[in-house]
Amino acid sequence: MGLLSDPVRRRALARLVLRLNAPLCVLSYVAGIAWFLALVFPPLTQRTYMSENAMGSTMVEEQFAGGDRARAFARDFAAHRKKSGALPVAWLERTMRSVGLEVYTQSFSRKLPFPDETHERYMVSGTNVYGILRAPRAASTESLVLTVPCGSDSTNSQAVGLLLALAAHFRGQIYWAKDIVFLVTEHDLLGTEAWLEAYHDVNVTGMQSSPLQGRAGAIQAAVALELSSDVVTSLDVAVEGLNGQLPNLDLLNLFQTFCQKGGLLCTLQGKGLQTLLLMVLRQASGRPHGSHGLFLRYRVEALTLRGINSFRQYKYDLVAVGKALEGMFRKLNHLLERLHQSFFLYLLPGLSRFVSIGLYMPAVGFLLLVLGLKALELWMQLHEAGMGLEEPGGAPGPSVPLPPSQAMGLALYVLPVLGQHVATQHFPVAEAEAVVLTLLAIYAAGLALPHNTHRVVSTQAPDRGWMALKLVALIYLALQLGCIALTNFSLGFLLATTMVPTAALAKPHGPRTLYAALLVLTSPAATLLGSLFLWRELQEAPLSLAEGWQLFLAALAQGVLEHHTYGALLFPLLSLGLYPCWLLFWNVLFWK
Amino acid sequence: MAAPLVLVLVVAVTVRAALFRSSLAEFISERVEVVSPLSSWKRVVEGLSLLDLGVSPYSGAVFHETPLIIYLFHFLIDYAELVFMITDALTAIALYFAIQDFNKVVFKKQKLLLELDQYAPDVAELIRTPMEMRYIPLKVALFYLLNPYTILSCVAKSTCAINNTLIAFFILTTIKGSAFLSAIFLALATYQSLYPLTLFVPGLLYLLQTRHINPNSAAAVHTCENEEQSLLDLFLGVCHDVCGKPSGNHLPLLLPSQLLGFHPRSLWLYINVFFYTIPLAIKLKEHPIFFMFIQIAVIAIFKSYPTVGDVALYMAFFPVWNHLYRFLRNIFVLTCIIIVCSLLFPVLWHLWIYAGSANSNFFYAITLTFNVGQILLISDYFYAFLRREYYLTHGLYLTAKDGTEAMLVLK
Repeated sequence: MGLLSDPVRRRALARLVLRLNAPLCVLSYVAGIAWFLALVFPPLTQRTYMSENAMGSTMVEEQFAGGDRARAFARDFAAHRKKSGALPVAWLERTMRSVGLEVYTQSFSRKLPFPDETHERYMVSGTNVYGILRAPRAASTESLVLTVPCGSDSTNSQAVGLLLALAAHFRGQIYWAKDIVFLVTEHDLLGTEAWLEAYHDVNVTGMQSSPLQGRAGAIQAAVALELSSDVVTSLDVAVEGLNGQLPNLDLLNLFQTFCQKGGLLCTLQGKGLQTLLLMVLRQASGRPHGSHGLFLRYRVEALTLRGINSFRQYKYDLVAVGKALEGMFRKLNHLLERLHQSFFLYLLPGLSRFVSIGLYMPAVGFLLLVLGLKALELWMQLHEAGMGLEEPGGAPGPSVPLPPSQAMGLALYVLPVLGQHVATQHFPVAEAEAVVLTLLAIYAAGLALPHNTHRVVSTQAPDRGWMALKLVALIYLALQLGCIALTNFSLGFLLATTMVPTAALAKPHGPRTLYAALLVLTSPAATLLGSLFLWRELQEAPLSLAEGWQLFLAALAQGVLEHHTYGALLFPLLSLGLYPCWLLFWNVLFWK
Repeated sequence: MAAPLVLVLVVAVTVRAALFRSSLAEFISERVEVVSPLSSWKRVVEGLSLLDLGVSPYSGAVFHETPLIIYLFHFLIDYAELVFMITDALTAIALYFAIQDFNKVVFKKQKLLLELDQYAPDVAELIRTPMEMRYIPLKVALFYLLNPYTILSCVAKSTCAINNTLIAFFILTTIKGSAFLSAIFLALATYQSLYPLTLFVPGLLYLLQTRHINPNSAAAVHTCENEEQSLLDLFLGVCHDVCGKPSGNHLPLLLPSQLLGFHPRSLWLYINVFFYTIPLAIKLKEHPIFFMFIQIAVIAIFKSYPTVGDVALYMAFFPVWNHLYRFLRNIFVLTCIIIVCSLLFPVLWHLWIYAGSANSNFFYAITLTFNVGQILLISDYFYAFLRREYYLTHGLYLTAKDGTEAMLVLK
């Protein structure tokens, strides 16, 4: 009657699972890692191709020649900015109006949960300025956005100059079917978030912003531009957005087409495996790597283009960049519907090669299979021993560590930001440091949990109690990693690589100190530390231990801040989901 | 036993009240797995406001509730949260007392069969004792109230909770032996959604058995049946007079065909619910309450717009069949399937609607997997029940003709 009900076949399957469990687990884990590493090789990757017909078959002739004008605007902007110290709103308004756009401003303000040490801000308030170029013969139902984020550390004045010159050029053309919004934001990402929230009339992150006076229709696509000098040697493109969301691959293909056409060098950091690993690390961090990252949440495909000025021979001036942008916008103008033909979930081992989800998902599937096999083995061992949980509640022993672990996770999530003022009163530290130190303190305090729960566990709890706890913990971990991998593959894969082997190995017998050391080395915080070192290593700027530690502390603070300001999910996932799960394994290890 | 029940009720009400006040309430009330077009609170409010404006609530195909619901909430709309918390509490209390009485009946029947020597000699470990059955009613109430599915349905204010209450009271009155009251509650439940009509058969079987009448006796069946049928008709007639609308308006409206744009082939899927009644009645005529449990599960799986509230009702009965645990074969895999599917529902919904990358196929694949998991779970319980009955009458340690250990195989 089938595998599930035929007793003979069931017994054979059970014997197979019990006897070959360890080899199968090792094989599965190795297969998962090997599969991922093999994704770099050409036979498994595909060349990128344009899927959207509306953007593929049309020829455009770029006519942008406003290089001098762009440079003049940039110089003016830089001068005014230096004079006023903040975004020169009045000058921008005047200039945009003179170019022929409808100009509006929006002011916003936000009090961050604690002072941001990296950007040195706490009470942030600023103004966004945007100009709308109305399409001459269309009904303003759709729009495209060209945005230049201006922060205090990167003035981005050349990008502003190019934006204004492009606006002047676009104003003279008659072929625009969609409105184009030229957006200059202050305080880079915070300003962009304020504008997007006001545009879409939502309030996701608690930003206070004035409502927008002028709108331009549903945004189809957006390009963010960051230039640091008058000449560029290459254009770097950033695709990873908030929580690992990616734009449609067609937008990247579009950019690549125009770079090739104009002879412009476009790059994705690194080569081969390096690129793949860098993309995985960037996507796993869940940070928006550029203003485009915030657009993706509203289902607007967006990219960030960064001009790099390195020591290469051939340099391109602003005209080349402007022509590439003009070509992209003209092609985007041809879109009949939102970009949806190409892939939304992919990995990039190189700019012109990609790996689709169908090909990279088995890697994480193999890793989670290890957890499934281990859980199955534990269940059968428990069943054989006859201890089978009478009701799902089971004996009190195995389920005792569950509430304290979850409570520790909740404390890790809630206490650092809530208790920062109390901490600053009692200790001589700044608020940001207080938050980070509280995080680390609660994290380390969780390690002492087994000593306390032992007093509650009754002495009757049989030796097999830890097996039931491990079973629940394995299923919990597999569920979390599975759900994470579906929405953000890189994060799921990274965490699975580190947490799966030690989770499968954890048991009270055997070399306890070795297992304890392994478990601590693969805890979520250690994974974060390790990936920071790996990231810098891949960028060919390796860190010393002290620098790494400082970067780690800064990353912790940024993680908490980004959760509160943009709604990034890495911090809650790690503190409320993975840390309690890891504590359960820690309890299994120290089961008496 | 009253104190633990009161404690459980207090905890349940606190959890629900906390969730009602939190920001999750709105998010939950829009989840597709928790509310369906037939049970959504937003549509009830819509229907009430249409009535206030003097328009028929049924024009516009938005409102699919019964007129009785309109009358109920017309006066209680301001206390809606309280109403739903009370319905959950009432369901739990009804189930508690029902299972308490049912346990007494089970024990009496077991004693009778033991005295009549109907059981094989070596089945001592399968006999149930009053000690182990002592906490079952409390566990049933606990399972119902603290089930995440029930809590979600309550916070979303899905009218499925009201249906659950009516079915629970139907079970209570059936077990208490009052044909009149059980007919009333069955009529109310059927009035709201057509499927509880199938519970008529197990209810009838139970009432007949408790009156020690042989169910095969046609005349006795007819009198009882007539009693219930006439009560059902009387009630529907009363309803249609009270509401002042021709019954043709709302009863056919409740038929799935009209709601979904009738497609002939889809009718067979909904009639699936009714198909299983006769075979189950033949196989389980000695065990009407187990039959009722399986039938409620079948309704929850095959009804046209299933929600987790329906699942919660039959899940509440699991402690009653605790003694079957040792015969369940796939409980681990099935529990994992059901938990995984429940967790993947919101993830795939997010991928489909917000990330724009998945499509409806993913989401519906998960609903299918969830249903397959439920079907396997129910068939596992069914098999375990039959297996236990077999062991009781034929002995626990089966030997084949040549003396070796035999295995029981379902063909």
